[in-house]
Parts: sequence; structure tokens; C-alpha cells
Amino acid sequence: MKVAVLQFPGSNCDQDAFHLFASGLKVNTKYVWHKETSLGDADLVVVPGGFSYGDYLRCGAIARFSPVMKAVQAFSQQGGVVYGICNGFQILCEAGLLPGALIRNSSLEYRCITCALKVETSTASFNPNFLGASVKLPIGHGEGNFRIDEAGLARLEANKQVLLRYENNPNGSLSDIAGIRSEAGNVFGMMPHPDRAFERFHPSMDGLKVATAVLATKFPELLKHTA
Amino acid sequence: MSKAASQQSPRDPALGVAALLPPNPDPLLNQTITPELIRKHGLLPDEFELICKSLGRQPTLTETGIFSVMWSEHCSYKNSRSLLKGFPTEKKGETKDYGRVLVKAGEENAGIIDVGDGWAVAFKIESHNHPSAIEPFEGAATGVGGIIRDIFTMGARPVLLTNSLRFGELSSPATKRLLRGVVAGIAHYGNCVGVPTVGGDVYFDASYEGNPLVNALCLGVLRHDQIRLGKATGVGNPVFYVGAATGRDGLGGAAFASRELSEASAADRPAVQKGDPFMEKLLIEACLEMMAVPGLVVGIQDMGAAGLTCSTCETASRGGAGIEIELDQVPQRETGMNSYEIMLSESQERMLVIVKKGREKEIEAIFEKWDLHASNVGTVTDTGRMVVKQHGITVADIPANVLTDQAPLYKREAKEGEWAINARKWTPAALPDLDAKGVEAALSALIASPTISSKRWIYRQYDNMVQHGTAVGPGSDAAVVRLRLGDAEKFIAISNDCNGRYCALNPKRGALIAMVECLRNLACSGAKALAMTDNLNFGNPYKPENFYQLSECIQGLAEACRFFDVPVVGGNVSLYNESPAGSIDPTPTVSIVGLIEDEKHITRQTVSTSGSRLILLGGAPHELGGSQYLGLCHGIKAGDAPEVDLNAESLLQTFLLTQIKAGRVIAAHDISEGGLMVTVTEMLFTPEVGAPNALTLGAALDLSSLSASRLDALLFGESQARAVIAASSVVEKELLSLAASVGLPATTIGEVNASGVLSLAKGSIKTQWNVATLRTVWETTIENAMRRPGLN
Repeated sequence: MKVAVLQFPGSNCDQDAFHLFASGLKVNTKYVWHKETSLGDADLVVVPGGFSYGDYLRCGAIARFSPVMKAVQAFSQQGGVVYGICNGFQILCEAGLLPGALIRNSSLEYRCITCALKVETSTASFNPNFLGASVKLPIGHGEGNFRIDEAGLARLEANKQVLLRYENNPNGSLSDIAGIRSEAGNVFGMMPHPDRAFERFHPSMDGLKVATAVLATKFPELLKHTA
Repeated sequence: MSKAASQQSPRDPALGVAALLPPNPDPLLNQTITPELIRKHGLLPDEFELICKSLGRQPTLTETGIFSVMWSEHCSYKNSRSLLKGFPTEKKGETKDYGRVLVKAGEENAGIIDVGDGWAVAFKIESHNHPSAIEPFEGAATGVGGIIRDIFTMGARPVLLTNSLRFGELSSPATKRLLRGVVAGIAHYGNCVGVPTVGGDVYFDASYEGNPLVNALCLGVLRHDQIRLGKATGVGNPVFYVGAATGRDGLGGAAFASRELSEASAADRPAVQKGDPFMEKLLIEACLEMMAVPGLVVGIQDMGAAGLTCSTCETASRGGAGIEIELDQVPQRETGMNSYEIMLSESQERMLVIVKKGREKEIEAIFEKWDLHASNVGTVTDTGRMVVKQHGITVADIPANVLTDQAPLYKREAKEGEWAINARKWTPAALPDLDAKGVEAALSALIASPTISSKRWIYRQYDNMVQHGTAVGPGSDAAVVRLRLGDAEKFIAISNDCNGRYCALNPKRGALIAMVECLRNLACSGAKALAMTDNLNFGNPYKPENFYQLSECIQGLAEACRFFDVPVVGGNVSLYNESPAGSIDPTPTVSIVGLIEDEKHITRQTVSTSGSRLILLGGAPHELGGSQYLGLCHGIKAGDAPEVDLNAESLLQTFLLTQIKAGRVIAAHDISEGGLMVTVTEMLFTPEVGAPNALTLGAALDLSSLSASRLDALLFGESQARAVIAASSVVEKELLSLAASVGLPATTIGEVNASGVLSLAKGSIKTQWNVATLRTVWETTIENAMRRPGLN
């Protein structure tokens, strides 16, 4: 089991994501610099949070052009599991690996709080049976307001692509959406930070379960271990 | 001496006096230095005389600009340095395991303290008051950027930020504009650069109207062997300029910060810099990567106040060397910049690095990886002079140590102001005491006052969790952060404090209180104090009452530092904090960093379950002077600041820490603004994780056993050396007898329950409050004031 955490100029949750997998789940984890053109033998690619290229343009709009993103595209086309957290979610939307877009919070302010999230039934691991009915994860973003056109939303709902919904919408997201997956089920994106919810002193340790749910997409045996 | 330098030497040995420099390439800079120009540079005629004597000739306009920034209060501390000598800079007691000062105050860009096992922390606080008054967003943002650079230039990875903010009354539209801008600016910079803003303190008081205070602190972590110094040594070593290009922004910002704000200050806007946190993030990573290469970096310093000028002459002076630079090699954002503009620019996100000769390629490769400029702009010389050239022509040639160490030192006239002398004479004799209804109204009003109410609206805009080390975030007595030290970890606590109202009434006591309250906050969180950094915010030192305040406050801080053996490892002096309405209340902000020896000792100010006993530690109060209650409920800013008894403080804090370590304390909260009732109420405001819960916590208080001459003083007075702890009923008796055995007054004042009601009995007086109502008011005061129609 090998995890690759991408690093863009301006990534600042790269260490958080690294330690979620390396220290929290004891998985072999390495960094991959954005100028790399290969992902090596990674089983899971994590696109971490931060402000890639300062996010002075639309969040993620420049990062999607980094050399490593070509490799990520190819990796996902071959069924590889890709997981974007916060800015990583924004980058995956910009790269077209996930549908929709993230715009400024309806408050026009950055929000750093802990949210209760309703777990939807989406995959073998993203469902209340595995994660529980609700998880608590921190958010930290200024642009987490999920938007998609009506047809796109209908498709997300019909395909059960919504992973998590805010119980108390902090940013104006359409249908309270906090995280989604691709139709094929191998690309995941969410604004909440499991990488801030895995230590004893964190607001919760639900991040471990959520990260395991992503890994379980490739390694279904993880479902049995935890269940 | 390098060949180029010897050719251009301005000294004519035959004459024994310095010859004039050649004409500047920009004719504009060749004008005669008139008394008017000297005045415009903020230099006194005597100071100009001193400059001419040091140079052996008249300075050029470029040199005059260089002196004006280096000899400004901001860079030279010329009005405060003689007073600052009273601070202890080393720890006297045991430092075998941790606590040793590794880099002292004033030696470098930030002080460094040993935290044990080969690791250390670097930290410092700095003000950006004047820029924030003019342009709150960029002013506050660049304040954060500047202090982060001070920390990573020492070789440390920045791991936390805090800030200390002061504004005018929240009801004023000007305050709202400043508050919104300052908070957004801090958030913009700190969030993007990826350093969590974990705590701070905010006060609202009319004295800060028009002159807000924005003090930002950064703390970084490093191994002892990673410490880097701002010294230029090794003749022939190349001097590199790295980071952002130089523009015309922030011209003479340091000089600007050393003047009073006036109606015309808006015209100074070009003196406020613009920050680029993305650039800073790249710079942090590139510099830390560069410093990790053994032997590559000889010295490093950020370009903060006074930019290229300050970094070249300070590194040269510290290293006992000279530096020669060629401005044509400086990356420039605009065309046609002259030497004056380049030397005085305060463009952000730039660093000066002295590199080991012959290893230029290594540093260039690292900066290329991060897509940053790394330009070889000069060399270290043995002349002791800062020589600046443009197009090969010498435009400035000044002994480096004259700029850094020979600014005149002043001891201004000090005389206490009439206002304070009269205000202190006030006594509560004429003030009617509170009845039950009055008590109920007073607590509701205090909880809703902007200074006491929750700062949630502010800190939820800051990323307070990035780097995943935040154990106790904003909103408790002290923030607690886990430091990841290789495979090991340590927990540190940090708290900021200063009540300017106390300092206005009685400067020395006010400063002592800032220290003891800060230490009390650390003790309540389970931490042992390591060291202090201070930000001295005062008015114009030429006014005797202001210099008196400065002098008294420094004495107060120094006395407390010596008493508690807490060394000062650095800080900042910000004078001229005045608006057309007058000087600010003196505000010597104190930040103390403490170490928590075991994760189990981390203690919060809130309780989360019912059944705990609430125990008041410390005596029954009798004072009302300077209290929030007097100010808010009676419109009175008078009386003496609360008395300070350092021995009583020490007794309380030692007891707190001992009992926390022994596991007998569930929660601890110090008594400060708003007094006992506000403290107890806040202990019931447990942070919500996720969606708001139905809050059911309440408490039944019975204060009948406490003797007090006045009810208002008992409930809302701000006497020092007190805290309230929550403990289980099982250990209650033991705690009370342990306190009695060391002579610390301790009284059980009530019990936490699940009624959702806070009830109070004191003899025949009985009253109660709905906790959820109090909490809503407390949480939404600032939020409601700042709400914008149509946004949520």
C-alpha cells in the first residue's frame, strides 16, 4: 500500500496529509513534487490543501497545468484512486477530474471551524455502515461553496456521487455538498480536512475513518478489518 | 579591500577628510541637502551634524535617506534603548533540561530558547500599527509577513502566529472598517502562507480610535545546530538577494512609522507595503532548504523595515565586516528606479543571504527549483563600510556600525500626566452598590461587551489548525500547540496580555499586571513559562507624560521578569501612537511562551460535564478601579489599577501548576476583565464541535461565605492573583486543605450542573441567568456588529 502526496508551490497541508496516512494510518507515504512527470508505484494519489500558486486566480486554475497533473490524469484513467482535500478538491474540479466548481463562501469570509457532516450512501466504504451516520471534520477555506448546473446536480444525486453533506451549511454550498466522487468511483474530493482530525488532541479522530474509506476503494480488505 | 572598492574610495588620505562622492547617476539625487530636506527626513539638526562628523563630509541625498531610516525610532530605538537595558535577558535558575537562552534579545532578528533534547523555539512580536491605520488590510497582512521572516531567517520553521489587536469603540464605523480590514489582512497572509493563527487578544477602547494597534507574533521551531545568524563574515563571500523584486512600495516605511498620524497621513499610502503570502511561502521553503545544506549559508537576514539598507549594514556591522553591493544586480519591478528608491524600498518578501564563496551554483539551483530570484548583488569586504554602487558609481559609502550602533540615544523628560494623577484619586464611595436586578443586568452587559465577548467572528477567519498541531486553539486562556520534533513531540503554550486601561491609570502596575496575567494564563493551561517577548506601544516620547508611561511600564515588566525569572528574548517598540484626539492608552503587550511537560497536563478554561465543584483560588476582592464594570456600566475610567502582589501571584501559579500536574484540575480559568462572574460564566461556554448542541450546562453559585464590603467589587472587581478551577467532588476537600497548607485562600463557590441556568446567591441577594441566552449574546456581539446585509 503506497500513498503519494503531491506538492505544488503554495501547498501548505501537504505535511498534514502526509502524516494522516504515514503517522495516522501507518501507510508507506511519500511526497511527489509538482514538476515530476511520474507518480511511481503509488496506489493512492493525494492532492493536498493549501494555496497552490497563491490561488490569486481561481483556486486550482494554475496547478492543473503543473507537469504532474498529466500523470494524475493518466493514473485516474487507468482506475487509480485520486483524493483531493480542500485546495486539492478545487484542483481536481479545475482539472475536470471531478464535476462542478468551488466559489467564494457565501459570507465572503474564510471559515475555520469544525463541522458535523452527514454521511451519504455512495460506495462500499463511503456509507453510514462503515463511517457512521455522521462524522466531525474541520474545514478551513474561503472558497468551498460548491456549484454545479442543474443537470450536473441531478447526475450527482442519481449516481449517488455525494459523499458528505454539511449538517449546518458553512459556505452556501449547493445541496449542502461537502464532498463528492467521480462517476467511475475512483476520484474523490472534499472540502473538510480529515488531515486535521487524526490526533488525540484534534476536534475528532474521524479523519482516520474517512481516509480509510478512500483507501478501501483500492483495498477492500480494509473494510473487513475495521468493521 | 576589493580592487573596485579601492578605486572608488572617497577618502583622500592626503587631506585627512573624506572627498565628496561622485555625482549620482540620477541628477535628482544631486540636490543640496537643505535644512528643509533634513526635517522632511525626520532628522534633527544635531543628528545631521553627527552624520557629517561621522562621514567627514556632507551626506548625499541617498545617504541622508539611509540615515533617516536607520536612525528612526523603529530601527534604532533611540528613545527607548536606555530604558530597555533594564530587562533581564538570561535565565538565572536551572536550565539543564530546558529554558536556556540560546540567542539573546537585541543580538539578532529574534531570540531563541532551548526547549530540550536539542530543540529550540525562536519567537518575537512586532507591531504594524501605522500601516494598519492607513491601509488596514495590507498593513496587517505585511505585519504578519514581516514577523514570519524574522523567524525563519533564524533557521526556524514557523509553526504558529498570534496577534494582539486594539481598536476604538466597536460602535464606530471607522473601527468596523479597520477591524474588518485588519482581520481579513491577517487571515489573507497567515492562511495562505500556511502558519496557523492560534490565539491573540483584542480590546476595544476609545483611546485607540484612529490609531489601532496591530501586533503580530510568530514562533518557529529548530534544532540547536540549525540556528543561523544575520552576520556577514568571510571577506570575498558573495552576497545574494533572494525573493521578490524591488519596487517603489513602502518607501521609507520605517521613518513613516516613527511619526504621529495626522489628517494628512492618507497621503502616505505609498509608504504602506503590499504583501504576497504566496511568495513568502516559497521563500520559507527555499530558505529552509538552503539552510539545511551544511556550510552553504554564512549569514542571512530578512529585508524588513528599511529593506536593503538595514539588511546590508546590520549584517556587516554584526559580522565586523563591510559589504559592497551593486544596485544594477538587484531585481527590480519597475524601470528607472534610482539609488534612493532601491535602498529605501520596503518591498516585501525579500532576504539577504551571505553564501560561502565558490558555492553560488548550489543556492541558485535551490531558488530555481522554487521559481525565485537569487541574484549575486555584492561581496563581503574588510572595510567595515557599507558601499553602494549603481552603474559602477559609488552612491553611498558609510561605516556600517555608524548606522547600526551610533544613533544618538535620548532620555526624554518624564513627568506623570495630570489626568492619571486625578483619575487615581477616584473611590467608589459615591457609587451605589448593586442590588439583585443590578447584578443580573451587569453580567448580561459585560458578557455582551466587545472586549469581553467571544472573538469567534475574528478567529474563525484565521486558519488556526493548519500544520495539524493545534491542541487548544483560540478562545482559551492560552493556546497550546504540539511541536513535532523529528519522531518526538512537545507541547508549548502561548498567551498575550495587556490591559491598557490599567496602564493609563498606573503604568507600572499595569505593566506588572500584563506580565502576571499572562503567566497566570499559562499556569491555567498547565504550562511553565520559558521566556517573554514584548511589544511596547506608546505615544509620542517627546511628550513628558508619554515618556513617563514608557519608563514606568518598562520598569514594571522588568521587575516581574526578574521576580519570575522569565527572560526577555526580544520585542519591538512602537512610539508615536497618536491620532488627532491624543495618545493611546499605554499598551506594553506581553507574550509569554511556556512548556507543557506532558500532554496530560493540557488544561482548558471550559468544563464539559456537570458535577464539578467550582473553587475560587485567591482572596476575596475589594477593588473596582480600572474595571470593565466601571467603564461599561458607569462610564467611568478611573480609580487605581488593581494591586499587584508578586508573592501572591507566585503562590497561586505554583499551586495551579502543581495541582494540574497531579491531575486534580478539570478546568482552570484566570480572573481578569469582568471579574469573578465573567470568569465562571465563560467556564460554562464549552466549545461546540460540529453543529450547535442543545446546551444544558449550568452552575449554582453561593458566595455567602465570602466576605466583601461591596457586592459589585466581589462579583465584577478585577483584583489580581485569582483563578477559578473546576474539580471533581472527590478531590475537593483535598484541594482545599492543600491550598490551606501553603497559605493560599481557596473557597468552594458552587457546582456545575445540567440545569442550563447559572444561579447566584449571596446572602439575601438571589438572581439567575439562562446560560444559552448569555452564550448567544457573548458569541454574537462582534458578529452582529460586523454583519453585512445579504451575506451569511
